[in-house]
Amino acid sequence: MKIQRGTLLFWFVFLGFIVLVQVLVGAGILSNFWATLLKIGAVMSIVSLGLNLIYGFNGQFSLGQWGFYAIGAYTAADITYRWTQLHNASGLVVILLVVLLVGIAFFLVAKVVARLRGLDALSAFTLYLIGLLIAALIAVYAGKSLIAPITNILNSLPPAIAIQIVFFLAVLLGGCIAAEISYIFGLPVLTLGSDYFGIATLGFTIIVKVLLDNSDTLLGFTEMKGARGMVGIPKLTSWIWVAFFLVVVIIVTRNLLHSSHGRAMVSVREDEIAAKAMGINVAQQKTITFVLGSFFAGLAGALYAHVNGFLHPNTFNFIKSFDPMIIIVFGGLGSVSGTVVAAFTWALVLEGLLRIVLPQGFETWRFVVYPLLLLIMMLLRPQGLFGTFEFPYLRQILPPPFQPRETAHPVHTTEDTLETGA
Amino acid sequence: MSTPSSAPDKPLLEIKGLTKEFGGLKAVNNFDIEIFPGELVGLIGPNGAGKTTVFNLITGIYVPTRGVIRFKDTNLVGFQPHEITQMGIARTFQNIRLFPNLTVLDNVRIAYHIHAGYSMYDAIVHNKRYDQHEKALTERAQEFLSVFNMHTRQGEIAKNLPYGEQRRLEIARALAASPQLLLLDEPAAGMNPKEVVELMDLIHFIRERFNLTILLIEHQMRVVMGICERITVMDFGEVIARGTPEVIQNDEKVIEAYLGRGAAALSQRLREKRSHVA
Repeated sequence: MKIQRGTLLFWFVFLGFIVLVQVLVGAGILSNFWATLLKIGAVMSIVSLGLNLIYGFNGQFSLGQWGFYAIGAYTAADITYRWTQLHNASGLVVILLVVLLVGIAFFLVAKVVARLRGLDALSAFTLYLIGLLIAALIAVYAGKSLIAPITNILNSLPPAIAIQIVFFLAVLLGGCIAAEISYIFGLPVLTLGSDYFGIATLGFTIIVKVLLDNSDTLLGFTEMKGARGMVGIPKLTSWIWVAFFLVVVIIVTRNLLHSSHGRAMVSVREDEIAAKAMGINVAQQKTITFVLGSFFAGLAGALYAHVNGFLHPNTFNFIKSFDPMIIIVFGGLGSVSGTVVAAFTWALVLEGLLRIVLPQGFETWRFVVYPLLLLIMMLLRPQGLFGTFEFPYLRQILPPPFQPRETAHPVHTTEDTLETGA
Repeated sequence: MSTPSSAPDKPLLEIKGLTKEFGGLKAVNNFDIEIFPGELVGLIGPNGAGKTTVFNLITGIYVPTRGVIRFKDTNLVGFQPHEITQMGIARTFQNIRLFPNLTVLDNVRIAYHIHAGYSMYDAIVHNKRYDQHEKALTERAQEFLSVFNMHTRQGEIAKNLPYGEQRRLEIARALAASPQLLLLDEPAAGMNPKEVVELMDLIHFIRERFNLTILLIEHQMRVVMGICERITVMDFGEVIARGTPEVIQNDEKVIEAYLGRGAAALSQRLREKRSHVA
C-alpha cells in the first residue's frame, strides 16, 4: 500500500510535537505549569472530538458531554484511589464486572427489544434499566470474592508496572461506564428533536453534578467526599499517556469517518428523512455516535482526574459543559483537525498566555478577552477556524473519476445483475 | 379493475382501503391502487389532495390509520422507513432532499451503505475487509454516476449543482438503493421546459435500464400525459378517477377538481358542441 506524502508529513509533525514536549518537560525547560496545560489541552481534545462526532458529524446538539466526562473522571479516580490508598483492587474488579455484565445485559435486552417490534422508547428504556440494575447487583456481589485473588496477582507484579496497568484499565473502564450510561440514557432522549435533545442532555449534566455533590452520602462512596472534593488520587496522567490516548482517538475518529459508517453518520446530520429513505437506520446511527462520543468523554475525564490528583464537583458544573461546545464551534464543526487545534489553543491561551500577558491583578479579565475573541470570531468566520478543512492524513481523498470504457454503448455494464429481479 | 391486457401476474404494490387521519382531517380516505411490475403509473390531483401523504404512508414516514399496503408479499404497515427502503422501495422528494454539504459521490455512496459489507470494527481498524469492500463500493458508485453522466462531477458539493442536476442526482441516489419500485414526488417541479423534456427522457431511460416500476406524482399535465400509462386522480384524499391519460383528460370530475365547476360545465358544453358537429 502506498502511503501519501501528506500522511507522512502529518505524522512527522504530530509525533514530533509529542516527542518534543516530552523532551522539553524531561529536560526541565518546560515548567510544570505549561506541562499541565498541555495535558489539559490533550484531554480537552479528546472530549471535544467526542462531542464533534455527536454534534459536528451527527448533528445532535448535546450538552451532556460534560456529564459523561464527570462519570469517567470519578469512576477512574475511584479505581486508582482504592488501589493506591486502600491497597486493594476492589474498584477495578467491581467496575470491570459491572461493565462486562451490564454490557451482556444490554446485549440480551437489545435482542428482546428487537423481537418485540414497535416497542416505544420508554418501555424499552425500562427494560434496559431493569437489565442494568440486575447486572450491576450481580456484579457487586460476585465481585467481592474476586477482589482478593486479583489483588494478589497485581501485587506479584513490580509496583511501578502494576499501577500503570491499573491506571490504563481505569481509564478504559471510565470510558466504558460513560458509554454504557450514555446508551441507556440515549434510548429515550435521542428520539427528541435537536433543541429538546440539547435541553435533556443539559439536564443530565446537572443531575450528574448534583449526584457528585452528594456522592458520599447519597451514593455511599465515602472516598469521593461529596462537595468537599475528592483528594488523594495518584497523579498518573503523564504526557505520554494523554498523547497515546489522543493519537488513538484521532485514528479511530478518522478511520470511522472515512468509512461507510461515517458517511451514514453524517447523512443523519445532513437530512434525517433523506437518510431514512436511503435505508439508513437513523436511530441506530444516533445511538452509536452518542455512545462513541460519550466513551471518548469518559476516557478524557479519567485522564483529567489523574492530572491534578484532585476532583471537585464544581469542575463538572453545567456552565463548564459549554467549554467543549465552544471548542468545536471555534475549531470548526465537522473538522477533526480544527477540534484538536482549538482545544490546545483554548487550554494554552485561556489559562496560560492570557494569565501572563494580562497585567498583575487583571488575570480575571481573561474571561472578558476570551468571549470577545469568540464574538469577533463568530462575526468574521462563523464556520469556525478551520471550517471543514482537514490536515492531509485526516482529509478524505476522492478516487479518480470513473473512466467509461471506449465501447459504443457505454451504459450496459450492470444490467445483468439488475435484471434478475424481473 | 380495468387494467390493460398487460396484467401478467400479481401486482407489485397493492394498496387497499388506505386511510390517514390527522386529528379530524382525513388526509387520505379509502385509497386503493394496484401497480403491476414494469408499469409507470401517475398519481395526480390538485394541491392538498393527499398525494404526498400517500407516498409518506407507503415509505413508512406516517403510520396509516387504516388500510393495507402490500408490497410483493409483505404488508408494509408498521415497518420503519429504512426497512421499507431495504425491501426495495426508493423515493425522491417534492422539495429536493439531497445531503447538501456532501459531495456528489458521497450522496450516492450513502445509498450503498446497507450493502457496505463491513462492520464498524473493520472500519475502525482499517483491515483488509474494509479496504476491499470500500474500494468496491466506491467503484460501483462511480460507475453508477457515469450512467447518469455525472461521473465528472463526483467531487462537487451537492448544493452547488444546478437545479436540474440536483433532481437528477436525487433520482440517481434513489436508484443506487437498487429499488424495484421507485416513487417520484413531483420530479418536474420548478423545472424549465427544456429540463422537463430531459427529465422525461431520463424517466424513460431508467425505467428500461433498471427494469423499474414507477409511481409518479406530478402537477404538470404535460409530463403525466406524456409518460404515464395509467393515472389515478385524487381530490380531498379520495380517488375520483382512474384510467388511461385519454380517459382522464375528458373526465368531468377531474376537470371539475382542477378548474372548478364552471369550467367543467363549459368543457361539457364544448364537448357536446363538438359531438353535434361530428
